[in-house]
Amino acid sequence: MEKIYSRPIGLKKSINGYCPGCLHSAAGKLIMSVLEEFDLLERCTQVDGVGCSANNHTSMDVDSIGSPHGRPCAVASAVKRISPETVVYTYQGDGDLASIGLAETMMAANRGDNITVFFINNANYGMTGGQMAPTTLMDMKTSTTPYGRHAQEHGYPMHMCEVLNALTAPSYIARVTCIDAANVRKARAAVKEAFQHQLDGKGFSFVEFVSNCPTNWGLSPIESLKFIKEKMLPEYPLGEFRNR
Amino acid sequence: MPKIEIESEYCKSCLFCVEACPKKVIGTTSAVNSKGYQYAVAINPDACVGCAICATVCPDAAIEVYK
Repeated sequence: MEKIYSRPIGLKKSINGYCPGCLHSAAGKLIMSVLEEFDLLERCTQVDGVGCSANNHTSMDVDSIGSPHGRPCAVASAVKRISPETVVYTYQGDGDLASIGLAETMMAANRGDNITVFFINNANYGMTGGQMAPTTLMDMKTSTTPYGRHAQEHGYPMHMCEVLNALTAPSYIARVTCIDAANVRKARAAVKEAFQHQLDGKGFSFVEFVSNCPTNWGLSPIESLKFIKEKMLPEYPLGEFRNR
Repeated sequence: MPKIEIESEYCKSCLFCVEACPKKVIGTTSAVNSKGYQYAVAINPDACVGCAICATVCPDAAIEVYK
């Protein structure tokens, strides 16, 4: 009998720090499985932001750097310039990448730094208790928008793939999700493509995961997947925005 | 015969696998792991066809599949 699906060796042999049903774990699993396939576990560096994304040190068994809040892209650029043979990727949430670290993200993308960025979009600030993020949907209730997000007061959701797609330098931009088996396979293909772009020296690659936050959305894990399908995906359409 | 192995200590009882399994192989019992989660178990292992959908959707990589 042959083992056809196994746990990636890059994941630590312990329970990770995420809530039940959190798709952060799924994104981490895919990244580790692709790194294992490319045999890069020994020569990659992960740069963590601040927030729930920083929890992944509890599961991912690779070299990592904890950067100041929002600055993983700047730190990753530095690592890549000092050590070009190292495969560098950042792992950031929406508060980190789209809010406090927007300038660093845009500048790294505009320079076309040869790094890979993974962006987990769960429409709120998960770690600090579910406050509104730039990516929060219209009329979505969070702890800082108890009557829902309104355009006049809070603006509109930010679409990072579309924003980055306006720049010339990035080489790969995709938005994926992990809500079912078919989408997980597509997400894995996107992660693989993003690392391939970095290995080929093509420049900035960016993968956005439309993710969930069952705890702060106040939904069960299964209900949160339905919420993604019905509410998040119409606002954040999936697909490859650029591949060259 | 195909079979799945679930590492009970990694499971957080999100039940994605229970929802995703096309053959209804997986379910939960009253047993809990050391964190207090009612972990998933193969309650109907004979029906397993080894499609690995459960392992694919498991965010915590708790499921391994043999075929």
